[in-house]
Amino acid sequence: MAWDRNQMAARAAQELQDGWYVNLGIGIPTLVSNYIPEGISVTLQSENGMLGMGPFPYEGEEDPDLINAGKQTITELPQTAYFDSAQSFAMIRGGKIAMAILGAMEVAENGDLANWMIPGKLVKGMGGAMDLVAGVGRVVVVMDHTSKHGESKVLKSCTLPLTGKGVVDRIITNLGVLDVVPGGLKIVEVAEGVTEAELRAATEATLVG
Amino acid sequence: MKKVYPSASAALEGLLFDGMTIAAGGFGLCGIPELLIAAIREAGTKDLTIASNNAGVDGFGLGVLLATRQVKKMISSYVGENAEFMRQYLSGELELEFNPQGTLAERLRAGGAGIPGFYTKTGVGTVIAEGKDVKVFNGQEYILETGIVTDISIVKAWKADPSGNLVFRKTARNFNPPAATAGRVCIAEVEEIVPLGALDPDHIHLPGIYVHRLIQGTHEKRIEQRTVRKREA
Repeated sequence: MAWDRNQMAARAAQELQDGWYVNLGIGIPTLVSNYIPEGISVTLQSENGMLGMGPFPYEGEEDPDLINAGKQTITELPQTAYFDSAQSFAMIRGGKIAMAILGAMEVAENGDLANWMIPGKLVKGMGGAMDLVAGVGRVVVVMDHTSKHGESKVLKSCTLPLTGKGVVDRIITNLGVLDVVPGGLKIVEVAEGVTEAELRAATEATLVG
Repeated sequence: MKKVYPSASAALEGLLFDGMTIAAGGFGLCGIPELLIAAIREAGTKDLTIASNNAGVDGFGLGVLLATRQVKKMISSYVGENAEFMRQYLSGELELEFNPQGTLAERLRAGGAGIPGFYTKTGVGTVIAEGKDVKVFNGQEYILETGIVTDISIVKAWKADPSGNLVFRKTARNFNPPAATAGRVCIAEVEEIVPLGALDPDHIHLPGIYVHRLIQGTHEKRIEQRTVRKREA
């Protein structure tokens, strides 16, 4: 039994520190906001121009002028601030955002990240991901350890076009937690019900320490 | 000089020509200049190059200009919501220049601010850096990106006064201010034009110097992803 999506999100939420400004990507990272530990106050940035992102609205209270970066309707909080896209990425590029939690297609042992395109198949675009990984203080990736076909997504080197080079600090998967360290990846934690041997077998990247 | 025009078509009079460049505001379908897009469709202007974060969806937003094949090239960061876009791109009918979202925003801002280029960390070591000048500052690599100046910009705001001062609402601000500044002529559509003096000068989001023509109209404001939570009983 590995971690499910919600357990991965809950584990990722433990990365948060009081007072941080944080950007959560689309997919599992969005679920992290459901697990913010008690006593910890974080401000969520949405790169389309908002700090202080609130939960989804109650039915009937959706506002087309109030969406997150995934284009989902959301709400504001008492501390919310709005701004334009240039300002939004000034704070991202300028290193004011402490951490980004993002999804990924592939991660490599040197911290390379690929999450924006599969040549010839999927051409959606990088959105704000390249700016985020280049600018924020810490990059945490949350993803499944292997593909649907059982192939490792934690690789010696990425095969897909990169989003950023050497940008990932920590990887949280359904099998455990790994850190990018000199020489490869270091196992920080193994998911409940998973053995270290299983985690190692599912990892193509070099494991050190 | 009067900035207020009676309709989107009237506001675009004399500005449109085949092969022109346009900067458009909006994020997804939020805060898009839907009336001006419809008027450009009516006008039939072709071979457009459009700098816009997204390309609309099939049948709405910039998607309507893709359907009529009026677009030659898009400069965007994310185009995942548009099947017609994908079809035209994969068949080679449509050019696409991917820009990271923050790079696109800053290129528009820089263009409008008279800055021809700037260095950024974004995209270093990726395909985005290919062919671009690299410079090292404090031991870190940066790539050169250029400012964007377009023939016109089309933007959507919430309120305006007759002098062109604009106020946006919530996350519908997004790319509208930087896109507005990048155009040699900026046309803004708003939900309401209020009398001079009705907007607090301290609360203007974009000063009227950037806005040349103005229209008021009714907006559909379509929601792309309706997400809600249950009320607790």
